[in-house]
Amino acid sequence: MSGAAAVEIRGLEQRFETARGSVHALSGIDLRIEAGSFVSLIGPSGCGKSTLLRCIADLVTPTAGEVVVGGTTARRARQEHHYGIAFQAAGLLDWRTVQRNVELPLELHGVGRRERAARAAHLLEMVGLADFARMRPTELSGGMQQRVAIARALAEEPPLLLMDEPFGALDEMTRERMQAELLAIRARTGTTVVFVTHSIAEAVFCSTQVVVMSARPGRIVRVVDVDLPTRDEDAREHPSFFAGITAVREALRGRGVRGVAAGLGGDDR
Amino acid sequence: MTGALARRRAALLLPPLLAGVAALAIWQAVVVLGRIATFVLPSPTAIATAFGTVSSDVVGAATATGTTAVVGLVAGSAAGVLAAVLAARLRLVDEVLSPLSAAANAMPIIALAPMFNAMFGSTSPVPRRLVVAVAVFFPLFVNTARGLRQVSPVHTELMRSLDATGWAFTRHVRLPGAVPHLFTGLRLASSLSVIAAVVAEYFGGRQDGLGSRITSAASGSAYPRAWSYVLGAVALGLAFYLVALLLERLLSPHTRRSP
Repeated sequence: MSGAAAVEIRGLEQRFETARGSVHALSGIDLRIEAGSFVSLIGPSGCGKSTLLRCIADLVTPTAGEVVVGGTTARRARQEHHYGIAFQAAGLLDWRTVQRNVELPLELHGVGRRERAARAAHLLEMVGLADFARMRPTELSGGMQQRVAIARALAEEPPLLLMDEPFGALDEMTRERMQAELLAIRARTGTTVVFVTHSIAEAVFCSTQVVVMSARPGRIVRVVDVDLPTRDEDAREHPSFFAGITAVREALRGRGVRGVAAGLGGDDR
Repeated sequence: MTGALARRRAALLLPPLLAGVAALAIWQAVVVLGRIATFVLPSPTAIATAFGTVSSDVVGAATATGTTAVVGLVAGSAAGVLAAVLAARLRLVDEVLSPLSAAANAMPIIALAPMFNAMFGSTSPVPRRLVVAVAVFFPLFVNTARGLRQVSPVHTELMRSLDATGWAFTRHVRLPGAVPHLFTGLRLASSLSVIAAVVAEYFGGRQDGLGSRITSAASGSAYPRAWSYVLGAVALGLAFYLVALLLERLLSPHTRRSP
């Protein structure tokens, strides 16, 4: 575990001042995300997993602590287009075609028209939407819109991909297909992924590490390493997949049992 | 298929058409059978006869009033949209303009017409155009500003993640998102511009528009003729509204909305 860290968080605290007093959203967060890993953040509502993702994205400024992204501050990383981000709502611009939505980051950062079109065509091909380039987002299904959002997040080939429950609004079947597609894209691009979810199965199937969090204040309870022999559909039937699910579930319940099953290394926090 | 579609269209058009014809028939019957004096209410046939004799002058007067309305509408709309964009970008402009526009909107704009006439001289076309411009400014400003303010949180976060500048945010997210609201304002303003132009003419100034024709015909007791010019004003208002609707359909295609 001595590779370059994609993200390093030390002593992060997050408080929000509201009309009804101070809310302690995150407390004592220390986390190291290795380059090339797929890390899921999971926990009950209010555990601050989305806030933690937003701290990495510099959409929220932590009250205290340090967030290092790609060897620099979170702010510099954002300004240098070090990451792409996808949200639960696809957040496409309805007045632009699918292709022009994918081009948006490139257009904002001054990439020429021809190169933009070429990159967008390549990305739409990758997410299987090459035939829909000229359509409007409103003409697409929810799953297709989310694929456009992922293509947009990947437009500048960022080393880091941040995802906030990107498949949360999709039905189970579409969800599983999207997970497999995301893993295929990641295998091709080698991007580090930080992925917020509330689905245990989704976290275990996709991730190399699952960061389990608890609420009030948001803390990291445990980091579960997942080691699946393959990441195809067969993996969903494999004993190590079920072992991973058990380990994450136990951690969520607050029972940090060490070494629940073979192939799992638990790291109590 | 086309036959069925045509039949459906006819079925949609028939009821209002029948209602209109029935209303005219009842109007005619009431005036004739009730022996109502012309100065109270002329019959539709009397108005039609008067319209026939002054039709070319109705068109000329409608052109004059229409010009006033178009110039005022374009200038007032441009100013309203520009002010809304500035208010969305600069907090100071918003804090000054929004309460001011609410106060100004409560004031009857038409009341300004005599003052503008005095300011610019009664032979100038400027006062009435200014009345129209001031009247249409508010629906455009208020609606566009509302549209500019309605930005979904996900777009705000997305543009921040992309390190977009404030003006890039306005250009790529705020303005396109406000287009449907802008056209709602324009639709309201289109009818309002004709009303303002006609009423502004009631307060004197050049005697070439529908408003001055209506007042002069009415003061000469030529009521069927006055009604002919009213008919011209109705047609003009309708034409403005339809053009605004057509522009909306053409330029705001990503909004599917009923008129």
